[in-house]
Amino acid sequence: MSAYPTAANKHRTTRLLNIKTESPTVKTFTFKDKQCAKAKPGQFLMLWIPGIDEIPLSILDADKNGTVSVAVKKVGEATKALHELKAGETIGVRGPFGNSFTVKKGKILMVGGGTGLAPLLFLAKKLALEKAKIFMVMGAKTREELLFKEVFEKICGKENLVATTEDGSYGVKGLATTPLERILAKEKLDIIYTCGPEKMMRKVFDLAETRGIAVEASLERLMRCAIGLCGSCVIGKYRVCRDGPVFTVNQLREVKGEFGVSKRDFDGKLIPLG
Amino acid sequence: MTGEKLVNLNVNLAGLKLTNPTMLASGILGYSSETLESIAENGAGAVVTKSIGLKPRVGYANPTIVQTKCGLINAMGLPNPGIKEFVREIRATKKVLKVPLVVSIYGFSTEEYAKVAEKAVGAGADAVELNVSCPHVKETGSEIGQNPKILAQVIKAVKLKVDKPVFVKLSPNVTSIADIAETAEKAGADALTAINTVKAMAIDAETAMPILSNKVGGLSGPAIKPVALRCVYEVYERVKVPIVGCGGITSWRDAVEFLLAGASAIQMGTAIALKGANVFKTVSRGIEAYLKRKGFRSVKEIVGLSHRR
Repeated sequence: MSAYPTAANKHRTTRLLNIKTESPTVKTFTFKDKQCAKAKPGQFLMLWIPGIDEIPLSILDADKNGTVSVAVKKVGEATKALHELKAGETIGVRGPFGNSFTVKKGKILMVGGGTGLAPLLFLAKKLALEKAKIFMVMGAKTREELLFKEVFEKICGKENLVATTEDGSYGVKGLATTPLERILAKEKLDIIYTCGPEKMMRKVFDLAETRGIAVEASLERLMRCAIGLCGSCVIGKYRVCRDGPVFTVNQLREVKGEFGVSKRDFDGKLIPLG
Repeated sequence: MTGEKLVNLNVNLAGLKLTNPTMLASGILGYSSETLESIAENGAGAVVTKSIGLKPRVGYANPTIVQTKCGLINAMGLPNPGIKEFVREIRATKKVLKVPLVVSIYGFSTEEYAKVAEKAVGAGADAVELNVSCPHVKETGSEIGQNPKILAQVIKAVKLKVDKPVFVKLSPNVTSIADIAETAEKAGADALTAINTVKAMAIDAETAMPILSNKVGGLSGPAIKPVALRCVYEVYERVKVPIVGCGGITSWRDAVEFLLAGASAIQMGTAIALKGANVFKTVSRGIEAYLKRKGFRSVKEIVGLSHRR
């Protein structure tokens, strides 16, 4: 076998087994796929919506029985089409791709926003098995969009979870980064895992840097090939699809000029992050 | 060991000085100075950028790639920021890159090819490679490379504008690649790259749908190696200009086969996905070991050797 299983990771189709509504804009899709069922937290897959588009999605859960789940927010044409699919309908799958979060023991902080909470939940389930102490900060625009809150509460303990909403409809009013300084001042953390809007992750990184705490952040870029060839997802010298999507604090330092600042557009041009 | 001959991996490719015969193929990474530099650090003797046109292009919607059992089929649709934006990247790349920089170029007319080439060389490109072989964008690429008359016009127009080597990347999707190669050489091409991807498609049986959004694309990877090797062999018999072998190369043995068929250097792209970016280092080390074992002192000594057997 070659160093990378690219050749074996060919396009295949599967049927949607289950679709669950998580929030007004997010649905979880579950399907069978042997290869992606072996995925680790942080890895992603490419999901083909036949005749519409193919999109990168973080893996929310992967089970030994062969099922895989992804949480998808309705943001554009492709995700809208996916939201309209019913159980039993056919989708295409490639993956899993990319690296994964390292599973650390000790005192851990997770900072997640929006569907960025999906890979963090997958990770939290693994960390719970390692008896890690997890503090959780989760952010969303509104109360209804706070994803997987009950599951996180179960894993981390209610007292260790802080929720933030931009409109103040639940928890702390503000961004996921609002309660961070308080937590960082109080707790001696071994690592921070973060996934969500990149500007949020940049803030997390900057705060962690002031205190010398390790960070792993899962980044997102435009994806086409997902196997490290096309260059659509590059940040600095790194390819998010192959060298990432999870980046360590050292790597994030190397790409400081772009992290939370800019990304490559469809034509390859660097543009400011929205 | 005493008496052991020193092996020289240097290649002079139409005036470009390479410290080893491996090159990054066009279309792979190649948007930014950082990625091009990292490929050079992984051992590439020269790098070729993504194909750049006069205006920005966003490329096709996904799926733009299909992973099949035997290789990759892609129809990216030539996404690129346009030469006006890309000259900045060329300048930035030239500041850090220690190997020759070849800028790949496409156009929708003779004038566009010439204009883009002129700007690329003006910004510091060490050579240009004309993409007259992309199989999935209409009115450029292979539609130019399959038509000898237009192909000759494009090459002549570019040659008039630039004083750097002009490479022409040939399409395998022609009746006779040797005829096209001869046309390109006569029109002034300084070197020929053979081959671009082989026109291909993938259909999903469950949904009865073509998978690529563009329906057709180009096949790359090990599946096309025998085709590419045959093309290089045929082209070598007809032209004097150096040939750059490309298509399905992933190991030193593949590379050596291309050299023996008549290539002076080789390009790799898909191999990065299969073997990792350090494939350039492993392939050139393998070539070196082969030359040593066989008692050769330079790459040049084995170029086209299979034609004498």
